[in-house]
Amino acid sequence: MRWMWIDRIIELDKGTRLVAIKHVSMGEEHLHDHFPAGTGPQSETAGTDARAPRPALPVMPASLIIEGMAQSAGILVGHANQFREKVLLAKIARAELDADAGPGDTLRYTATIQSLSDQGASTAGIVERRRADEAEFAPFGRIDLMFSHADNAMDMRVGGVTLPRENFVFGEGFKTLLRTSGIE
Amino acid sequence: MSNDEIFQKVREVLVDALAVDEEDVTPDASLTADLGAESIDFLDIVFKLEQVFAIKIPQGELFPENVSQDARYVQGGKVTPEGMATLKARLPHADFARIPENPDIKRVADVFTVNSLVQFVSSKLAAKG
Repeated sequence: MRWMWIDRIIELDKGTRLVAIKHVSMGEEHLHDHFPAGTGPQSETAGTDARAPRPALPVMPASLIIEGMAQSAGILVGHANQFREKVLLAKIARAELDADAGPGDTLRYTATIQSLSDQGASTAGIVERRRADEAEFAPFGRIDLMFSHADNAMDMRVGGVTLPRENFVFGEGFKTLLRTSGIE
Repeated sequence: MSNDEIFQKVREVLVDALAVDEEDVTPDASLTADLGAESIDFLDIVFKLEQVFAIKIPQGELFPENVSQDARYVQGGKVTPEGMATLKARLPHADFARIPENPDIKRVADVFTVNSLVQFVSSKLAAKG
């Protein structure tokens, strides 16, 4: 499995705005563990009987939806400076999701830069969802983030660990994503 | 803009950036010791102050940097007299009465109180005219 939580960048306005989409697929391993069939109370089944059988409920974990926004916004921030720095997620300032996303759904992440400096960046993000039988995207959530820049030319220490100098944040997977999205 | 108006806006910024209750944001509250700010929060606060007050805050002007890496300023985890003199000169808005004269480097950030942000913004707005 690859740590890629967006499938394609569909708009990129340098230093301003990035729009990406993610197709949620039943082929994703984690959906089968989140949540598997079992027993116990669940709001969608009858009552709160602890012994009642509970069907599997495959939904994309909220943490991975946040990661999708972090990748969308992180690419936007990195691209603004030609990927010269490592762009590290430093703070989830706000994360509100109104519903679950499941197999067949498409998520659309729109990230915009609020502030950008040598030290880091803040971004505002909108998440929308389109179900398989819907024609339009509908509002789904808001995720605002902060990123810290780590210069590739210096040895930076974060949390007691010295970061490698190479740009491990934007590796081969991201280069492929940019190329297949038609971005140089 | 009066200091009271600045305080009201600074308070909104801190409630938003640090997810604290409005009543906890008193003029004497320290951003780190009382309001739980961590390093990335300082950048968040700088960005928000820039937007709310339409001012530009150059790197290192409100909150210092590269102090802890300099052997003249920090020895054995404590700030040297030379380091304190440099910090005081660089940060006229900060409240150095809150820390001892030979403080642990980890405590230096305690000098940033809500009121020190108000003083800083006030001087920036005055300079802008």
